[in-house]
Amino acid sequence: MEPFSKLSGTAAPLDMINIDTDIIIPKQFLKTVKRTGLGVSAFYNLRYDDNGKENPDFVLNKPEYRNAQILITGENFGCGSSREHAPWAILDMGIRCIIASSYADIFYNNSFKNGILPVILPQEQVDQLMQEAKDHPEVTLEVDLEKQTVTRGNKFSFSFEIDPFRKRCLLNGLDDIGLTLEKNSKIGSFEQKRAAEKPWL
Amino acid sequence: MKPRTLYDKIWDEHVIDRSEDGTCLIYIDRHLVHEVTSPQAFEGLRMTGRKVRRPEATLAVMDHNVPTTDRTQPIVEEESRIQVDTLRENCKEFGVQLFDLTDVRQGIVHIIGPEQGFTQPGMTIVCGDSHTSTHGAFGALAFGIGTSEVEHVLATQTLIQKKSKNMRISVNGKLSPGVTAKDMILAIIGEIGTAGGNGYVIEYAGEAVRALSMEGRMTMCNMSIEGGARAGLIAADETTFAYIKGRPLAPKAGHWDKAVSYWKTFFSDDGAEYDKEVALKAEDIPPIVTWGTTPEDVVPITGTVPSPADFTDPNKKASVERMLAYMGLTPGTKMTDIPVDKVFIGSCTNARIEDLREVAKVVEGKKVAATVEAMVVPGSGLVKKQAEEEGIAAILIEAGFDWREPGCSMCLGMNPDQLKPGERCASTSNRNFEGRQGRGGRTHLLSPAMAAAAAITGKLTDVREL
Repeated sequence: MEPFSKLSGTAAPLDMINIDTDIIIPKQFLKTVKRTGLGVSAFYNLRYDDNGKENPDFVLNKPEYRNAQILITGENFGCGSSREHAPWAILDMGIRCIIASSYADIFYNNSFKNGILPVILPQEQVDQLMQEAKDHPEVTLEVDLEKQTVTRGNKFSFSFEIDPFRKRCLLNGLDDIGLTLEKNSKIGSFEQKRAAEKPWL
Repeated sequence: MKPRTLYDKIWDEHVIDRSEDGTCLIYIDRHLVHEVTSPQAFEGLRMTGRKVRRPEATLAVMDHNVPTTDRTQPIVEEESRIQVDTLRENCKEFGVQLFDLTDVRQGIVHIIGPEQGFTQPGMTIVCGDSHTSTHGAFGALAFGIGTSEVEHVLATQTLIQKKSKNMRISVNGKLSPGVTAKDMILAIIGEIGTAGGNGYVIEYAGEAVRALSMEGRMTMCNMSIEGGARAGLIAADETTFAYIKGRPLAPKAGHWDKAVSYWKTFFSDDGAEYDKEVALKAEDIPPIVTWGTTPEDVVPITGTVPSPADFTDPNKKASVERMLAYMGLTPGTKMTDIPVDKVFIGSCTNARIEDLREVAKVVEGKKVAATVEAMVVPGSGLVKKQAEEEGIAAILIEAGFDWREPGCSMCLGMNPDQLKPGERCASTSNRNFEGRQGRGGRTHLLSPAMAAAAAITGKLTDVREL
C-alpha cells in the first residue's frame, strides 16, 4: 500500500447524499480478477450516457475537475455493498482523499486498506468546502494527515479526527497481515484453548 | 461483573489481543467465500507465499455471477466464467471446500451457511459480502468485509477491529395478518434511516421478533446493513437450536448438549446498557413498499408517492427530486396504482422455503398478469428441491412463474437476469439503488407475499385485499 502523508490538489464537488457502491462502481465491472483498471468505469452511470459517451455535465468530466485528487461529497458516502472494487475504482481514477460528514462503515474501512484517506468533517464545514470547490475550482486544497488538517489557501483550515492506528498504517503504508502475523503465537494459543474447550468449533 | 449485551459477550469471547487505543485482534470462527470478492485475496496469498490458515473453517460457493438457467451448459459470458473458474482453481489450490455449480448444496452464500449448520450461535462469521449480517439471526456476530480483509482472514483467521456501539431495536406486540419480517425491517429502516445504524451493531428484540421463525429472523438481520449497521443480532433460543439440530455441519450428538449450553450463555443481561434504543409497535406496522432509490424511502402500501415538499432537509429534498425522476413517479400517486413489468422473488433476503410457501399461498389457483414477467429464483439447490417435493414449484409454474436455478440473480443483476431501462420491478431483494437491477431499472422492495400479489394484479397491491 502506498503511504499517505500530505496531498495538495484539485477538489471536485460531488454534491449528492447517500452515494452507494452501485453508483461508485456498477456490478458489470465486478467481474475482474484484478485490483487495477477500474478507474475508467468509476461512477459509470453518472459519467457516461446510454451509448457510453461522456456526460459533459458530470462533475468529474468537467475540464477543471478531471484531474481531481480529492472528492468532496454528501453524507453516508459508500453505502451498500462491501465490494472493495469501490475504493479500487476511486483510487484508480487518481483520487486519494474523500471529504464528507459520514461514510458507510465497510467503505470507510476498505478505503484505509488501499491508501485512501476518508476525512470526516462536520456537515457545515463540508458545505463550505463544497461551495468553494464549485466557485473556485482552481484553488487547491491541502490535506495533511500528520497534522490532521484540511487547508484551503489562507481562507479555511479545518482539523479532523482519525483513529491513531489507522493513521499510523496510512502514514507508513503498513501491511495489516504482516502486523497480525507478528502475533502468530498469540493466535495459536487462542486457537488451541478454543479447540480444547469447544471441540465442535 | 457489569451487565453485558449479547454483542459485548460475543466480542469479549473472541478478543485475542487488545492495544492501548482499543484496537483489537479478534478471532474469526467461520469464513464464507464467493467468486466476486475473493480472486484478488487468493492472488495476494499466492504472491506472499501464504496459506489458508483454517481451510476447514472456510466454505466457498459461486452465487453472484451464475446463470439461473440450465446448469449443465457452460457459462456464456466470458468474464463471469473466468471468475467462476478462478474460484474453482483457488479452492483446489488452497484446500477450501467448494459447492460447485452442479452440487445440490450450491446456492446464495447466506442461505447455504445456515442450511448446512455452518452458522452457529456465539460465533464470529465473515464474508466478502455486506449481507453477511444475515447470520446474526442465529446470535452470531456476522458482518461483511472487503477483499483486503478476506485475504487477512484467509491468512490469519483473525481481523483487526474496533468495537462498534450497541443499539437495541425492540418490536413489541404482535404483527397483524399479512405483515411479515420484511415489512418489519423496512419499517425499521424507514425509522432509523439508511445511515442510522452506522457505527452500531443492532440487536433486535421484543415479542414480534421472538415470534419469528429462523427464516423471518434471517430476513430481518439480512437488511441491517441497509440501515447502515454492519451486523444485526437476535439472541438464540429454542427456535434456533431446533433449526440447527441435525444439519450436516451442526455439532454431532456427542457434542450437542455441550454446544447448546454454551450457546445459551449468549444473551443480553438484564440492565445491560445500549448506546441507542429504538422501539416500534408491531401493530402499527402495515405492509410496506419502497418508492425511492434508498431503502429508507418506504411508504405503507395504502399510502401515496411523497413530494419533495414533504421533506425539510435541503439535501434530502434535492435527493427526493432526483429519485422521483429516476423512478418515473409523480407525487400523490397511490402506491396501488403503480403498474409493474417484472416481479422478482429471490435473494439472500427472501429466497428460503418459507418465503416460497408464502408466495404459493397467494398465487395458488391464480394466474400471473399478462403484462408481467415473474421469476422465482430459489436460494439454494436444496430449497429448490424441497419446494419441488412440497408441490410449491408446481403451483408457481402453473400460475405462470418462471422457475429458475439458484443464485443471486436479479438482486444485483451480475448475471443475465436484469431489468431493462425504465422497467419497473416488484422485488423481494434488499436494495433499490439506481441501476442495481439493471441500468435505468426501477425497483420497489417488498415482502414475498406482496410481490406475489403484484404478480397477479400487475400493479403494486395490498396483499390483505387480494
